[in-house]
Amino acid sequence: MGSPSAIEVEGLVRRFGDFTAVNEVSFAVEPGELFGFLGPNGAGKTTTISILCTLLRPSGGAARVAGFDVDTQPGEVRSSIGLVFQELTLDDYLTGMQNLRFHAVLYGYPAAEVSGRATPLLEMVGLEDRADQQVRFYSGGMKRRLEIARGLLHSPRVLFLDEPTIGLDPQTRVHIWDYVDTLRKRESTTMFLTTHYMDEADRCDRIAIIDQGRIVAIDTPDALKNSVGLDTVVLNTSDDQVALEEIQRGLDVMGEHTDEGLRLRVPEGESFVPRLFEHLTVGVANVAMHRPSLDDVFIKYTGRDIRDAESGYSDRLRMNPMVRGFRREGS
Amino acid sequence: MADTVVRADERVITAAPQVRRDGNLARNVRAALMIWRRDIIRLFRMPARLISGIAQPMLFLFVLGAGLEGAIGSRGAAGVDYQQYLFPGILAMSVLTSALFSAMAIVWDREFGFMREMMVAPISRSALVIGKALGGGSVSVMQGIVLVVLAPVVGVSFTVASFFQMLGFLLLLAFALTAFGIVIGSRMQRMESFQMIMALVMQPMLFLSGAIFPLVQLPDWLGVITRLNPATYPVDAIRRVVLPKAVELEVLGWTVPLWADALITLGFGAAMLLLAVKLFDRTE
Repeated sequence: MGSPSAIEVEGLVRRFGDFTAVNEVSFAVEPGELFGFLGPNGAGKTTTISILCTLLRPSGGAARVAGFDVDTQPGEVRSSIGLVFQELTLDDYLTGMQNLRFHAVLYGYPAAEVSGRATPLLEMVGLEDRADQQVRFYSGGMKRRLEIARGLLHSPRVLFLDEPTIGLDPQTRVHIWDYVDTLRKRESTTMFLTTHYMDEADRCDRIAIIDQGRIVAIDTPDALKNSVGLDTVVLNTSDDQVALEEIQRGLDVMGEHTDEGLRLRVPEGESFVPRLFEHLTVGVANVAMHRPSLDDVFIKYTGRDIRDAESGYSDRLRMNPMVRGFRREGS
Repeated sequence: MADTVVRADERVITAAPQVRRDGNLARNVRAALMIWRRDIIRLFRMPARLISGIAQPMLFLFVLGAGLEGAIGSRGAAGVDYQQYLFPGILAMSVLTSALFSAMAIVWDREFGFMREMMVAPISRSALVIGKALGGGSVSVMQGIVLVVLAPVVGVSFTVASFFQMLGFLLLLAFALTAFGIVIGSRMQRMESFQMIMALVMQPMLFLSGAIFPLVQLPDWLGVITRLNPATYPVDAIRRVVLPKAVELEVLGWTVPLWADALITLGFGAAMLLLAVKLFDRTE
């Protein structure tokens, strides 16, 4: 294709009435990259993804996915992408295999090809024994795995993972990430991920943080952590008071007493700790060093905790009219 | 576990590259048929739907029918015994109701996400809408046709010809009403609006179609409304096919022939189908 990038977004704008959900957003995702797209709820994440998947049309700017313009070539974009949504989009009354077959037909695979492609994928996600069972008898994790298998069935060039592991137990999440990693290595699929889980964000090659419709930071997880600044060193000594004075005089570092011990904020923790030991005359019981986490990064750029944003799951349930309807009847 | 993954990998490597894919038209046709098949599969996995679809028409036929027959007496309705008059009406009623319902199942699909699976697929909106119209249409005809077993109870009999003519008109009605339902569904955001659609669309359409009372000697305003109701024409056709003695529908003194009933129904269905495709194109 003409474009070297898997996803290319330039000055993208989307308005809903007076509200600007996405405001002049620009970024590019390289082929084969695992790209994280983080932000609080209502920041414009879902809107951006919807535009990239051709479910929404942009109000301004341009976006190309797999080399195709989302506005003028939606059909080409659709055949090049796969999606794993945060909401399940399986048909509960079809079997696992029927769901895959349905998908294969939508993406133009001849019937003869389908089981040849579906069977290895079902094996990969560990559902080969359940292929002929209706999806409504699956557990949450199994449904999710089937969704992922389905998202990959047509070998998409770009796979959108919109909070693919939300609401799953940690063990299932680990499994799913194993599959995703295997896949990335094998088919070098470009992946565009939104998540509220820090460990998942940490896996990304690069991360963009969107807040109030704008990209506020975009870089590798390490670079983003460095941009937050100082590392934290916490130590316990035989005499914290003396230690603090020595540190302030000898190392020109300010510190404070906390419940955990002495807390110091320093630029490069790894090289600071050896110098610390050279200077201290009091005995050191223990030292702990923390690099800034992506959580700190998130707070710095959005002013909110990434886990606050995570509560969005129950918000979404509450906003879902079905659930709301049932609740009203129930109460 | 790791063992499985490695084994699976090797197979996919041999299977993945260079897959022959369908051309545009073939893909869209197959997609439409698949959407149709999905509705049929779902119907048979939810047999309760078939049974509950029979309950309401039976109530009409045996309770309303028997009750009003006494009041109407020997004069009969439009030339036939009232329960017999009602029989084709409840066939139409059953098809009409379930056609609208199954079309509006797209709202259900949207709630539970399956709609997105179809909306992001590289198929045209027409394929999606046609598949949905075929699916909803077939499902509702099946729900209606089950009622034919009640025919002997009210003394209605079929010939082979009249049965297939009736089937044809039921299909037309189902197709047109499903298309109409998709139009409504594409603009409906949530299931709660269902009640409203029932009261404002489904019931008036049913009551004003001649399914329940003959469209003769009506007050002028009612006469006009019933003739504007697109469901009136297929209902008329179904009744005349099943009960040759029944009085024919007249519009402004013109006796509507069967072919005109068919044409009007088909025209309405086609218009709704086109509108549905248009609305879906703009759905976001």
